[in-house]
Amino acid sequence: MCDTCGCNVTHGNRHLLAPGGKLSRVGGQGNAISVLKGLLSENDHAAAHNREHFDRHGVLALNLMSSPGAGKTALLEASLERLQARYRVAVIEGDLETENDAQRIRAKGVQAVQIVTGTACHLDAHMVHKALHQIDLDAIDILFIENVGNLVCPASFDLGQHRNVTLLSVPEGDDKPSKYPVMFRASDLVAVTKVDLLPVLDEFSVVRAVENVRALANAAPVLELSVRREESLHAWLDWLDRQVAQHRASCERGETLRPSIQPDGARLHGLAV
Amino acid sequence: MHELAVCQGLIDQVEQVARAQRGQRVERIDISVGPLSGVEPQLLQQAFPLAAAGSLAEGAQLCIETAPVRVYCDDCGQESDAAATRLVCRHCGNWRTRLLSGDELLLTRVEIIREQAYV
Repeated sequence: MCDTCGCNVTHGNRHLLAPGGKLSRVGGQGNAISVLKGLLSENDHAAAHNREHFDRHGVLALNLMSSPGAGKTALLEASLERLQARYRVAVIEGDLETENDAQRIRAKGVQAVQIVTGTACHLDAHMVHKALHQIDLDAIDILFIENVGNLVCPASFDLGQHRNVTLLSVPEGDDKPSKYPVMFRASDLVAVTKVDLLPVLDEFSVVRAVENVRALANAAPVLELSVRREESLHAWLDWLDRQVAQHRASCERGETLRPSIQPDGARLHGLAV
Repeated sequence: MHELAVCQGLIDQVEQVARAQRGQRVERIDISVGPLSGVEPQLLQQAFPLAAAGSLAEGAQLCIETAPVRVYCDDCGQESDAAATRLVCRHCGNWRTRLLSGDELLLTRVEIIREQAYV
């Protein structure tokens, strides 16, 4: 938010300020105004506000993203029973239409708030903020935000989450990280789902999928999951335990846990830790 | 896709800047967009007139500068150009790199028209 101390100058925009750069020739006529602001700064402000809410109430917020049908809701259904033994959980569901997913979550005895986006292909921080009014944050430990099934648009909107989880199901193919680099670069965990299909869909190589994630300079863990194989879920539940512990520790230190990759706006606002 | 939503965010920002400067109308908007921002410049250009209709930026020219993808290698300490799908170091092949540029989504400059005050 600061145009004076230089905290909004990054490697990417420094050239604009250099002599001859776009911002250096402003002035004189008085009708050209130089600004250096993320285009989504309204959204980023709302996201920061959401994150403050989560931290104040000690809630870990996870943004679940994938293409439609990769198994986000199925993974939640399979996890909720096990998670409920240790944590109090709520879910925000984002879909263009229907309450189907929220009903599936409610059937597990977990509070679910459905956001019906109409034509919008992604959730934004304002929609999540509105949904939060229906959730008692003091009564939960983990909030899952199941984004609209879409590997493109959700990647550009910070919701205030602490971690990004991206699902890649076996039928989609192992080159999805290369095809959708914006989303997979920003993932803190990549879950290869429906691995029970690997024997019949042997063109999918988990090794190649991992290589494609690493080619995006992303060191995130890549887990192999199937909701039909209970033992495969242990690594996912262990990862969740670690995130809860990390979030608690950072809250105690008065710090904010953030996804490892932030949209540009947050960095410009000096919010990134 | 989401370019219209991004454009509406852009118009909000531009109007804030213009109003703060007592501008009557916006003539030109400069933005910087990187390939890893997830926003397609061409779609943004198409969405712009729709989002700008009825705002101070109606009829303004939108100039989009595309930022290059560049990475810094923690291992060999060198910078290199990279492709959006392959952010590895060109010099030593290491994939543990940091992005220097390429994910920008920035409003950089606004040109406004101020009405003269007649006495």
